[in-house]
Amino acid sequence: MSFPVFWISMMNDRRLNGLTLSEMRRALQAGEVSSVELVEAFRNAWEEDSSNEKPVNGYVEFFADAAQQARKADEARAAGGHGKLLGLPIAVKDNIQIAGRLTTCASNILQGYRAPYSATVIERLEAAGAVFLGRANMDEFAMGSSCEYSCYGAVRNPHDRDRTAGGSSGGSAALVAAKQAPFALGSDTGGSVRLPASFCGVYGLKPSYGTLSRYGLVAFGSSLDQIGFLARSVEDLQLVLSVAAAGVDPRDQTSEKTGFENAGPLRARSLSGLTIGIPGQLVSEAVDPQVLQVFDEFRRWLESAGAKTRVISIPVLDACVAMYYIIAPAEASSNLSRFDGVKYGRRAAGAENLDAMYEKTREEGFGPEVKRRILIGNYVLSSGYYDAYYKKAQGVRALLQQRMDAVFEEVDLLASPTSPTPPFRLGEKVDDPLAMYLTDICTTPANLTKSPALSLPGGRTSDGLPVGVQLTGRRFCEMTLLETAYSWEREHAG
Amino acid sequence: MKYEVVIGCEVHVQLQTRSKAFCRCPNTFGGEPNSRVCPVCMGLPGSLPVTNSAMIEAAILAGLALDCDIAGVTKFDRKHYVYPDLPKGYQISQFDMPICTGGHIDIPASDGSLRRVRIIRVHMEEDAGKNIHPDDGRSVSYLDYNRCGTPLLEIVSEPDLRAPQEASAYVQAIREILRAVGVSDCNMEEGSLRCDANINLWVYEDGKKYATPIAEIKNMNSFRSIRNALEYEVKRQVREWEQSRLLLEVAGKTTRGYLEAKGITVLQRAKEEASDYRYFPEPDLKPISISREMIDALKARVGALPAERRRRYIGEYGITEQDALNLTSSAAMADFFEAAAAGHPEPKRISNFILAEVKKYLNQRSIGVDELAVDARAFRRLIDLVDAGKISGKIAKEVFVDMADTGKDALAIIEEKGLIQIDNSDAIAQAVDEVIVENPDSAADYKNGKEKAIGFLMGQVMKKTKGKANPAMAIQLLRAKLK
Ligand SMILES: [Zn+2]
Repeated sequence: MSFPVFWISMMNDRRLNGLTLSEMRRALQAGEVSSVELVEAFRNAWEEDSSNEKPVNGYVEFFADAAQQARKADEARAAGGHGKLLGLPIAVKDNIQIAGRLTTCASNILQGYRAPYSATVIERLEAAGAVFLGRANMDEFAMGSSCEYSCYGAVRNPHDRDRTAGGSSGGSAALVAAKQAPFALGSDTGGSVRLPASFCGVYGLKPSYGTLSRYGLVAFGSSLDQIGFLARSVEDLQLVLSVAAAGVDPRDQTSEKTGFENAGPLRARSLSGLTIGIPGQLVSEAVDPQVLQVFDEFRRWLESAGAKTRVISIPVLDACVAMYYIIAPAEASSNLSRFDGVKYGRRAAGAENLDAMYEKTREEGFGPEVKRRILIGNYVLSSGYYDAYYKKAQGVRALLQQRMDAVFEEVDLLASPTSPTPPFRLGEKVDDPLAMYLTDICTTPANLTKSPALSLPGGRTSDGLPVGVQLTGRRFCEMTLLETAYSWEREHAG
Repeated sequence: MKYEVVIGCEVHVQLQTRSKAFCRCPNTFGGEPNSRVCPVCMGLPGSLPVTNSAMIEAAILAGLALDCDIAGVTKFDRKHYVYPDLPKGYQISQFDMPICTGGHIDIPASDGSLRRVRIIRVHMEEDAGKNIHPDDGRSVSYLDYNRCGTPLLEIVSEPDLRAPQEASAYVQAIREILRAVGVSDCNMEEGSLRCDANINLWVYEDGKKYATPIAEIKNMNSFRSIRNALEYEVKRQVREWEQSRLLLEVAGKTTRGYLEAKGITVLQRAKEEASDYRYFPEPDLKPISISREMIDALKARVGALPAERRRRYIGEYGITEQDALNLTSSAAMADFFEAAAAGHPEPKRISNFILAEVKKYLNQRSIGVDELAVDARAFRRLIDLVDAGKISGKIAKEVFVDMADTGKDALAIIEEKGLIQIDNSDAIAQAVDEVIVENPDSAADYKNGKEKAIGFLMGQVMKKTKGKANPAMAIQLLRAKLK
């Protein structure tokens, strides 16, 4: 679809802000808009919101040179350049490195740290012509489900500014929802892309473990981490995926060949022939009734579109949050031991010896949730407890994998709510870590089994709060997820 | 007091790969501080390790050379400890699935027999950086991360060594073997071979056996210091036992450092707290499968392992153990010897020539046999000339030096210099006659039964012929004429 020129020329900033990445791409190709105009529109939206009494607080930095990047892209296009993302503005979570720019993971311990190199995903996006708008706010080191654990302050949900945007990629999701960015990179270790997508009413994709290189993403849980996308359309997810997933990265031994770079344009598909499993636990009475209502509507749509759905039982799913909160903190405690004040980042002043320097630096540098997870991680890895916790969790993880492999013999996709609740209030769970951890009940299984998962904006509560629906597929079956979501979007969006 | 010394060694060896263990930085020694580093070996946020397959190959080669079993599947683990020279706060190492297990090497024991030292395991890990403390009194430390990520092998032995000199011989044997397979230069001065030893005593009293506390000795930077440190430690432990009768079960293990200048060991860490390294499998690296084919291919590349070569030299060639050890000090030397001796009826003679003349030449010039201008085939042609009676063994020594200096062939040199042995019996007979006439006393002595006199007369014949007379012919003629 393309817009008539006269209509575009009448567009004001606000209209530009509402376009999807793919619509912008077509408008840029048609010469109906420039990349500079797009960037200015987003800058204006951000500045306007910053003066709000309760700002979204999605950006921790809007790049001063964003317009300059856009000008270069416009010049490149004028000179015949045709990168797949040429001139398209994208926000980047503050844990994905762009060479020469600050990367702080929203932590005091990395204040002033400039990335000496770019993440592989950034390099690929840059090579395709993308323009980076700024760094998106997040939970410190991606640990959190509400974006309240940031040294830059909490992110507010654009749909209700007293509620959380979800975490940890809350900044990324809120920016897309608040039309301060058309698309954002996030990262997802236990639901950190999908949960905020659900809370903010946008699309969120966590690709399979191995689809995208992790090189340059500051590690949290190395066996679970994946860069993911927050977008306003399914087409946009596919567009950026085709650029970012271009083959194995020799710098990441866990990256795999997917062939997604060769995928053609998305087609709406008939769902007849698809069997979709619904894990019983994730639609139980423990889930908020309004969330269940939205999910039921989605389920009815699946069936009306030709899919067969059935509730299935995967008992081991009950253990996912428990095993996740052993494995992820264990890996995190290890990954974060490099932040010691010796080489980079913040070093505490006034320590009388080396041990005191370590202690003070980490005491001052890390926030409460990060400290909590380091303590849990060190505990479950320590000798005497390793077998009872870490080793057992890995055993259960292997069992879960087997069980899920068997489930995917019988069904093509799993569907569930993305979160058991709609967006909760700021401060509601921040002092109750266990309640906060239970928010991840629907999302952690995909990370533990390396599966791709997507959250789509399924509907709203009676208060108008967004409610997401999650689709999970076999590893490297991203296309099935995207096509199913695309079919839904064609009938519901707009 | 009757006691037995019990020693086990942990040897760390830097592998000579082109690049580091998990990144592409050059794996060389020294350099401007922090000039050979990248985000990966500096452990910068977001960086990921990628296993250097050359390290895996080197570890397998070393394992084969040490008679180890090579694992079908191996993996890396993270070992956590906090130190400024360890940039990630953990070292990528191997915990419960080391690449090699269960080898052994044989060394000469202190009582002259052969000692079999069992090797528990050989595993791969990355080296750390270096702290530099300026000695000008300022309270500042510098860090050089160049060494970070250098591939290491850790070789752990059973406590099978029974004397300090055995420990030194064991480490020397490891050096020989790893040099012979070309995986490390094992240079103790540059730190490419480092050794820690665990030592204690088994004291026999009243028909009972008591184990004294184990001391782990560090900072031994040469073979001599291994011997000296451990000899000191034996004396110290005997004294300690006599004074305190402290037992292993009670006192556990301590760490002591060797002070080379004073020749003593000093306590570094009392009763070792069970250090908790919080090992867990490295999630950034996949487990590694090692195929039978890969092992076989590397076995072929190892060729004759030094121990096997020595067994063959001693058993088949009648070469002494000491000479066999010397011939296998490097793979190149052993290759040279074997090529030169191929098909020769008396390999021992070739070994003697190599260990005397060739070694002397190499030592004087501080070069290796692979840098010698004489290859094994040219060398063999020289020996063949001696065998054919064209030159004497004595002349051959001079000719060898000429060959090595000029790169010319032996035959060319002896022709050029007129060194060809006189095989002509007339010419020799003439010289013999002259010598008898000129030395009537010695001739008479011989005739009167003084056998020794013939040696003097032989010397005169050789002098007269400028060393070119065929000695066998000359002595035969002398005896005949003096009958
Ligand atoms: Zn490096």
